Amino acid sequence: MNVITNNKWIGQRTIRPDGADKVTGRAAFAADTTMPGMIWGKVKRSPHPHARIKSIDTSKAEALPGVKAVVSARDIVDFPVDKSVMLGIQDMRWMCRNVMAREKVLFPGHPVAAVAATSEAIAAKACELIEVDYEVLPWTIEIEDAIKPDAPILHDFMKFEGKPSNIAGRLEVKKGDIEQGFKQADIVIERSFTTRPVHQGYIEPHACLISVAPDNKTTIWSSSQGQFMVRAMTAYLTGIPQSDIRAIPAEIGGGFGGKTIVYLEPLATLLAKKSGRPVKMVMTREEVMRATGPTSGSKSTVKIGATKDGRIVAAQGTFYLQAGALPGSPIRGAVGCSFSPYDIPNVLSVGFDVLSNRSKVAAYRAPGAPIGAYAVECVLDELAEALKMDPLELRLKNAAKQGTKAAFGPVFPRIGYVETLEAAKAHPHYAAPLGKLQGRGVASGFWFNAGGESSAQVNITEDGNVVVTTGHPDIGGSRAAIANICAELLGIDYRRVSVLIGDTATVGFSNLTGGSRVLFASAMVVTQSADKVIATLRERAAKIWEIDPEAVKWENGAAHPASPNAGQFEPLTLAELAAKAPQMGGPIGAGVQLNTEGAEGGFGTHICDVEVDPELGIVRVIRYTAVQDVGRAIHPGYVEGQMQGGVAQGIGWALNEEYIYNRDGKVDNPGFLDYRMPVCSDLPMLDTVMVEVPNPKHPQGVKGVGEVPLVPVMAAVANAIHNALGKRFYSLPMSPPRVLEVLDGEG
Amino acid sequence: MAKLHVSTTINGEPAEFLCEPGDTMLDALRGPLGLTGSKEGCASGDCGACSITLDNRLVCSCLMLAAEAEGQDIRTIEGMAQGEKLHPLQQKFLEMAALQCGICTSGMLVASEALLQKNPRPSEEEVRFWLAGNLCRCTGYDKIVRAVLETAADMREAAQ
Repeated sequence: MNVITNNKWIGQRTIRPDGADKVTGRAAFAADTTMPGMIWGKVKRSPHPHARIKSIDTSKAEALPGVKAVVSARDIVDFPVDKSVMLGIQDMRWMCRNVMAREKVLFPGHPVAAVAATSEAIAAKACELIEVDYEVLPWTIEIEDAIKPDAPILHDFMKFEGKPSNIAGRLEVKKGDIEQGFKQADIVIERSFTTRPVHQGYIEPHACLISVAPDNKTTIWSSSQGQFMVRAMTAYLTGIPQSDIRAIPAEIGGGFGGKTIVYLEPLATLLAKKSGRPVKMVMTREEVMRATGPTSGSKSTVKIGATKDGRIVAAQGTFYLQAGALPGSPIRGAVGCSFSPYDIPNVLSVGFDVLSNRSKVAAYRAPGAPIGAYAVECVLDELAEALKMDPLELRLKNAAKQGTKAAFGPVFPRIGYVETLEAAKAHPHYAAPLGKLQGRGVASGFWFNAGGESSAQVNITEDGNVVVTTGHPDIGGSRAAIANICAELLGIDYRRVSVLIGDTATVGFSNLTGGSRVLFASAMVVTQSADKVIATLRERAAKIWEIDPEAVKWENGAAHPASPNAGQFEPLTLAELAAKAPQMGGPIGAGVQLNTEGAEGGFGTHICDVEVDPELGIVRVIRYTAVQDVGRAIHPGYVEGQMQGGVAQGIGWALNEEYIYNRDGKVDNPGFLDYRMPVCSDLPMLDTVMVEVPNPKHPQGVKGVGEVPLVPVMAAVANAIHNALGKRFYSLPMSPPRVLEVLDGEG
Repeated sequence: MAKLHVSTTINGEPAEFLCEPGDTMLDALRGPLGLTGSKEGCASGDCGACSITLDNRLVCSCLMLAAEAEGQDIRTIEGMAQGEKLHPLQQKFLEMAALQCGICTSGMLVASEALLQKNPRPSEEEVRFWLAGNLCRCTGYDKIVRAVLETAADMREAAQ
């Protein structure tokens, strides 16, 4: 273990390596690049929520001057529905049907064909000229309709309990004996909740630019949460071997999970191959809203039983999550995370993956966990009220700690949940007075975090500086943290460390940026690479001094004799050793590739104050404090930034954001005006408290920090509204019309 | 259809370009002019990622026709730094981690500079309402608002 104390760079608010590019407009995002001879691709999309494709006639589009290629499902590699082919968490059976409708269109916006033409206008015109003969089918949007026995079935081959069904899967975690548990309870509270689908809301629409040479050598420039994911999925869906594809990660303008799958890349690759021209595709905001993954809407029921002294003895959750039109909703997060902050002897948590004629969901920040936590943390608030206990006290009394066995399997090592509760309780915010129509709520949350495959290369330049290359797109400042770590280990100024993100040809395989895994995993491979570099530097100094390498230590960016016994030598700096490299054994650098393990889960506790306008039904968040066990804050500015960003997204989810469907089964608010994400004037300052309980399994103590901050928010807001009004809300969003309904309905 | 020829001034330099009558100023900036610092997040004036100034007035370049630039004075993110020297807002955004992914940053900086030119002593509320047309999904706005307020204070001090 390499746990460092007295750090010089770790924990510093350094300037991010990509910062100057981003404040001057230089940084190249996906849509910012062009190639000579480039043409434009455009997708023809389904107007129907559900229809069989009888025929597609592309002849008129192909005849339009300027059109260079047209592709449809027959050009995409088919993955038969009876055999699962997994790539990460995605099943290629569903991916191939999502990027291009095969037998049926399954939601409005589902691609049916794609065109490449010499201008965007011609490509759009050609899309209109494609004639699709549809047999329109009955459709279903909401969960309660989709699981009815007579519901229109999306996929005939999908069976649940032996019958064709829109339930694509069931997941259960269990601990103890739930029935016996409830028998021990003095008080049992059971409530049902609904949440609406919400979009990740990245400001950068999906975009790519792709060139395919006649020998199939393919260059992909796109923004995603994983260039290796892009390479693999494009290879699977086009039949081009991965070794022929070079996927270059553009700067990514927000992802939040939504860019962990491909939409455009396979289509642009096929169009580029057919036309012989580089093809650029950029989605409109409306396409992003209609056809890319939001997270699930949900229906859930949570039942919690406690003894009268506040000890939780049993907890049961049932979570129905919308998958969209193809299987794969994040039931694991809802089922696994919801009760995990608590040490409960008897737990039964069940999730159902429900299909309907909506766009396929994609990951969104702690996928599934916020949905589960919303229900659980609201019931806990009612439980605390019924027991006349302080809600933080109730949580403290039942908090998971080292040795607690979580219902989803693991026994927790040293974790920092209790510390977050104690910090929240001691925070001045928790004791601050409240005014009229104001209320305060608290809630907690958990996310698994993740390890997995990462690669890095640390190279010393001839002038004695450092270039670090990792394989993870940087969506929130990970390069800044890597620079801090590398500078710390090598004992040099962080400005001498350049951190780059390699493409699939220049760095070893690295899994997605997701699951809050990037800094955890990349710090491990960077640390091991830096350790190897330091070992080489010590050997070089030992050779020059003609002493044993064991007698050389590395300190403050230079080799020194380890003790007076080793001899008297002037230190040899990194720059001096780099300059001597050609004579002393050659280039200095090291790379490490690992399947990292030891990511520990993260916990947070939030305090939210709201003020309600009972005339207009508007809820304003007036003060917010997020407390989180962050393991070790390598770059505190970007850790705080993750916490604040997660909170802002949660406030949007709680108060305004939702997909609104019309009677024709189409989304009625596919733009930023009507899909209202929080703007600057909607929010107060978002205070953060970073509790640091280092991860014992990580060289710098790192835990993932990006996802936990979204998990508690919706419940914290709901509990605050209850505290203000004395009324409970069981559905999201708590938007002005709903607030007025509850206020009017109950007088 | 023949393209339109437009003569204008961009970041203090004379500039000419050709455009279709229906092209937006954002299309012209990102296309023929090669200035991709202004971003397209929505093309409907809701996200502010394409913010520029037109004769010192803050506008969404996606809502302005390219042909309207004729004879006007346009400023974009690319004109904000003076050579190697960053504008105090740019420097403060870096120091205070007021950006994460960076896609909104160009628009945020252009809008913030326009605010400080009009109002060198904005309150937090004034900053929040001025920037309400610039969406950021990463930061929760906290560090952006603080950076603008601190820059305003620094610039007032420097001006004394």
